Amino acid sequence: MKVVFKITVVAFLFAFVCIGKKVDVVTFGQLQEQAALKNNDTLYVVNFWATWCGPCVKEMPFFEESSKIFANQKVKIMFVCLNSVKEVAGVERFVKAKKIQNEVFLLNETNPNNWIDRVDGTWSGLIPATVMYKGGEEVFFKEGDFTQVQLDETITNMNKTIINNIDQK
Amino acid sequence: MKKISTLFAAAALVLFAAFTEGGYKVGDKAADFKLKNVDNKMVAMADYKDAKGIIVVFTCNHCPFAKKYESRIMDLDKKMKAKGFPVVAISPNDPNVEPDDSFENMQKLAKAKGYTFPYLIDETQNVAKEYGATKTPHVYVLEKQKDASYVVKYIGAIDDNSDDASAVKEKYVENAVNNILAGKPVTPDFTKAIGCGIKWKKS
Repeated sequence: MKVVFKITVVAFLFAFVCIGKKVDVVTFGQLQEQAALKNNDTLYVVNFWATWCGPCVKEMPFFEESSKIFANQKVKIMFVCLNSVKEVAGVERFVKAKKIQNEVFLLNETNPNNWIDRVDGTWSGLIPATVMYKGGEEVFFKEGDFTQVQLDETITNMNKTIINNIDQK
Repeated sequence: MKKISTLFAAAALVLFAAFTEGGYKVGDKAADFKLKNVDNKMVAMADYKDAKGIIVVFTCNHCPFAKKYESRIMDLDKKMKAKGFPVVAISPNDPNVEPDDSFENMQKLAKAKGYTFPYLIDETQNVAKEYGATKTPHVYVLEKQKDASYVVKYIGAIDDNSDDASAVKEKYVENAVNNILAGKPVTPDFTKAIGCGIKWKKS
């Protein structure tokens, strides 16, 4: 019994260390290379959030769930954190504590006017906000939060539409 | 026939409301409002008889982003009120969605911080909707015209660095006011910033 307990503890600790990826600090240009500029048939789902944003934190598990649902499709979900770069340690702790599996980037930009419009001209700047890209083009943008159903439907639709477009070419 | 025209007018109004949902743009006239201040008195733009303009700031208690700007909003009022552009802060959030933004909590914050400007609650959220405010903080600089109406001259952020007040390069709102006073065009007259979405009533 004791051995079983010990193994459980070790396994748990091991899992705790492995789970929760490192947060990559990137410029907006570097972020674009991760998703917006990828000219392939993967759907890139980019969610903008911050640890201080209640609705963002609430919807993050939906994105985590979606990445499981679409695990066998060409869908890549990533989180872009808009906390201050000074708060990187806190963001890493948060990502670890929430056991977030999707990639997390921390945006190293101070003036939002330099990049908000380059994500989408209609974005007022409120978060959460989500943008999707496929084949190097923006296919979807929304400011505000999702339900799980809305998110899965959107991913399904965005994935479909563009594949058809590519087929027609 | 009268009924039909009334219906028609009502439908037109509804349509108009739907089309103007985007809110104010620079150059638009801003309608007056009358909202309850933390001292329980009603405040309207028309009360500002001697003002040259008004800096309307949609902000709130709970939003960490708005908190980063709290003292900067206070500084703005101190600096700009002397130039004839007082700050009027409005909290548009539904306290049922965000209890931190209740009227009582607004009163507490205004008192604790020593706000030198009104901090109004937009209970119906109609003012925020009319302006087209989407997040907190969200600023509208209004210039008073000869006929005492107000025209929107600037929409957006307070400055270009939310994290660090000492690293700010451009003070958008201050520049806007100074340009208006100097009779110069306001540039930029529209900026964007990250912020907390307004907590709309759940329908």
